[in-house]
Amino acid sequence: MADLIKLTAAEIAAKIAAGELTAVEVTEAHLARIEAVDEKVNAFLHIDREGALAQARAVDEKKARGEKLGPLAGVPLALKDIFTTEGIPTTVGSKILEGWIPPYDATLTKKLKAADVVILGKTNMDEFAMGSSTENSAYGPTGNPWDLTKIPGGSGGGSSAALASFQAPLAIGTDTGGSIRQPAAVTGTVGVKPTYGGVSRYGMVAFSSSLDQGGPCARTVLDAALLHEVIAGHDPLDSTSIDAPVPPVVEAARNGSVEGMRVGVVKQFRGEGYQAGVIQRFDESVALMKELGAEIVELDCPSFDLALSAYYLIAPSECSSNLARFDAMRYGLRVGDDGTKSAEEVTALTREAGFGPEVKRRIMLGTYALSSGYYDAYYGSAQKVRTLITRDFEKAFEQVDVIVSPTTPTTAFPIGERADDPMAMYLADLCTIPTNLAGNAAMSLPCGLAPEDGLPVGLQIIAPAMADDRLYKVGAAVEAAFTAKWGHPLLEEAPAL
Amino acid sequence: MTVTDLVSYEDALDTYDPVMGLEVHVELGTKTKMFCGCSTTLGAEPNSQTCPTCLGMPGSLPVVNAIGVESAIKIGLALNCTIAEWCRFARKNYFYPDMPKNFQTSQYDEPIAFDGYLDVQLEDGEVFRVHIERAHMEEDTGKSTHVGGATGRIQGARHSLLDYNRAGIPLIEIVTKPIEGAGERAPEVAKAYVAELRELIKALDVSEARMEQGQMRCDVNLSLRPKGTEKFGTRSETKNVNSLRSVERAARFEIQRHAAVLSSGGTIIQETRHFHEEDGSTTSGRIKEEAEDYRYFPEPDLVPVAPSREWVEELRAVLPELPRVRRNRLREEWGISEHDMQSILNAGAVDLITATVEAGADSAAARKWWMGELARRANEDGVELAALPITPEQVARVTALVADGSLNDKLARQTIEGVLAGEGDPDTVVEKRGLKVVSDEGALGTAVDEAIAANAAIADKIRGGKVAAAGALVGAVMKATRGQADAARVRELILERLGAKE
Repeated sequence: MADLIKLTAAEIAAKIAAGELTAVEVTEAHLARIEAVDEKVNAFLHIDREGALAQARAVDEKKARGEKLGPLAGVPLALKDIFTTEGIPTTVGSKILEGWIPPYDATLTKKLKAADVVILGKTNMDEFAMGSSTENSAYGPTGNPWDLTKIPGGSGGGSSAALASFQAPLAIGTDTGGSIRQPAAVTGTVGVKPTYGGVSRYGMVAFSSSLDQGGPCARTVLDAALLHEVIAGHDPLDSTSIDAPVPPVVEAARNGSVEGMRVGVVKQFRGEGYQAGVIQRFDESVALMKELGAEIVELDCPSFDLALSAYYLIAPSECSSNLARFDAMRYGLRVGDDGTKSAEEVTALTREAGFGPEVKRRIMLGTYALSSGYYDAYYGSAQKVRTLITRDFEKAFEQVDVIVSPTTPTTAFPIGERADDPMAMYLADLCTIPTNLAGNAAMSLPCGLAPEDGLPVGLQIIAPAMADDRLYKVGAAVEAAFTAKWGHPLLEEAPAL
Repeated sequence: MTVTDLVSYEDALDTYDPVMGLEVHVELGTKTKMFCGCSTTLGAEPNSQTCPTCLGMPGSLPVVNAIGVESAIKIGLALNCTIAEWCRFARKNYFYPDMPKNFQTSQYDEPIAFDGYLDVQLEDGEVFRVHIERAHMEEDTGKSTHVGGATGRIQGARHSLLDYNRAGIPLIEIVTKPIEGAGERAPEVAKAYVAELRELIKALDVSEARMEQGQMRCDVNLSLRPKGTEKFGTRSETKNVNSLRSVERAARFEIQRHAAVLSSGGTIIQETRHFHEEDGSTTSGRIKEEAEDYRYFPEPDLVPVAPSREWVEELRAVLPELPRVRRNRLREEWGISEHDMQSILNAGAVDLITATVEAGADSAAARKWWMGELARRANEDGVELAALPITPEQVARVTALVADGSLNDKLARQTIEGVLAGEGDPDTVVEKRGLKVVSDEGALGTAVDEAIAANAAIADKIRGGKVAAAGALVGAVMKATRGQADAARVRELILERLGAKE
């Protein structure tokens, strides 16, 4: 059923609703695809064949009873292994949670189930979402379907690779510094980081609480919008979730336009470290939007130059505290409990064995940054930078409706290339991090292949907080124009696996 | 236990001036925990009152208990504090197995209430003002039980059991400013402060504040400085001093111990100390060579707490009468001394006596039972008065039975004994045990006649005017009726029969 797996989520849902396909057929086709290609790609850490088929059958029964189906009923989805799933392993890509079966569903998981979305399994990721290549997973790297020797981005490389290799039409990611957008960019897919507080974090294993945000991943802007609408909304279990109506993202995605919009280009988002082909495709995108009737405005946001530094103080600080709970006492890995060691020793041995090098590096950085005597210089200063970045965005959005930039400075790099160079790895998030620090919304969508390596380039669109719908309005227009120009969706150019 | 060198209390106070800081943790009586919906009921099966949030499961998040915030504001207002217009929770990071997240969600530099005071009354009626630094919200930890060691402490234990039912129960920590100028009365001030605070908490109806159940726990920080100097000495922190008497004893012991160390040219080590109920001593706990670094930072999982001024004023407007004011009113109503009132307060009997009086008892009778027989029983059983299985209504019923002559003192005590033993309410106990005063004049008359006949010599003395000798005959009658006669009536009958007059 080669054609079936290439359908968009919207198409699948429509066909199921019309009785042209059953949810079980759709699920089986995707499970077969996973079976066929995932040994090479390694997008999934856990496949829930039985659960997926049961969910699909329930959808078909609903249909048979004549009940109304939701807009994504029966559509398969790949869930990042950072959301808890009752009865299904959740590892966060870490050895420290190997074998842990959560006793509860994340709010997002519940919403997906309630919407009759079929969860195929849990996807690979950098351990605790710390990384930009998925190489930091304790369960081996994931390959980029465009070139399996290249990284699929990170931390949500499993989700982006599952989409790009047609193992699922929908996926969920989380974005702390770019972990939805950068993987989308390097795999030629669409990813959205909603406004902070737009999607509940309850049941999403925390990396950096004030930055983490779950969001939709898909192959089209409309599919992302449909998924966005399902997972977003106020959650009384998450105090930081926004108690306001979800922006009209689906309506925006169905009515793409940039006509009359003011589009900002930030001068800090180019220069040294940016690949020529990335800049070329980005400039073409800006020209395209101008052709489509947008007004282009140059912006200066000096504080953005400090974003990476601030991020690497705030995120590790919060992570050092969030990850303290992994102490071998209540769940997960336990090492050295042979009856001769103290609880303290067992905790130390477990954390030594259970956390990978990048996680340890960030715990140490964060512990140091929060220490008395250093707090003001590090964590305190970083919070001030955060305020400045928020102000720069506020000033910018007085002049423009959205901001655009390359999503990430380069295309997918070879697996192993930056593994031993954390600073080089961190640069992948240069353009995505300011949005996390300010808490507003952003999308990445494909804008072509870089001429020098033939790999996908991502265009980032940034909107003010709670104006997520603008991402979809602009994204849909750009997507339509590019698809028309290329004559097909970009992913059709990906090599067969 | 090591023997600690002490100097006499008087000698210590001749040379040194004590400075104290008291930190009291109050477990709020909310139905649910501070950050999740789990029940706070005590005594449940270990770990049965837990959920992903209070177990610190990956992905779980806290949500603030609004009643917890309200209780904190009420306490702050009653302590004459300023209530913050905006404040945040903070994470206090340290590893301990009974703390599920390995950080405690607490407040750091932005407490909900700050800069207040509490006036406490000493036994001689003097009022001492204790200044309050802050009152802040936080969560309790779980409970570790160390098994296999001699002392129940972790040293020497084979293994430890963890019960997280208590983890996440709301706590308010109330911290005083340094208490200076109390001199030799410092231990008394400490005790009176904790007693007053306990009454206040109960009056606010935010906690039962039962110290023996750990609902209220006190740390006594104490240092000495040479008399006439300003600079504070190094302090010791005596942890978990959990009765009023212990608070006083711990302060007293530490004054004597510090003085002994300082007088012999030694230096006080900043450390935590354990208090021992058995002998009132303290022993060294953990040495704080450098201040522990808790790496506080604002809790990113919670939004700031910003109580509106309208809400604060609404809460202020309905604050109950403060305990000290109420006690002064009651003291006048009951016609008793400051000292008696202080004893009643220390015994935790103010509310019990008030309730007994409200149930119809005479205040003197109510005080007599609660501060006498019942206080003795509570002491024997090692529980607080309020924990005895008898209600103020039941005590009031006993006093009514005494007042109408149905019971005498001895029978009343037996009745109370019966109630405490779970035999039912006073009327049931009287009925079952057959405790009614013998008021059948015929039966009583026969007993009197028999006593006179059996004690002819004494009867003659009485006839001859030695009325005082009647006591012996009364005793004989009481013995014959197994105490169930009204002694005053027996006496009347004897004198009547023998033609003698008082």
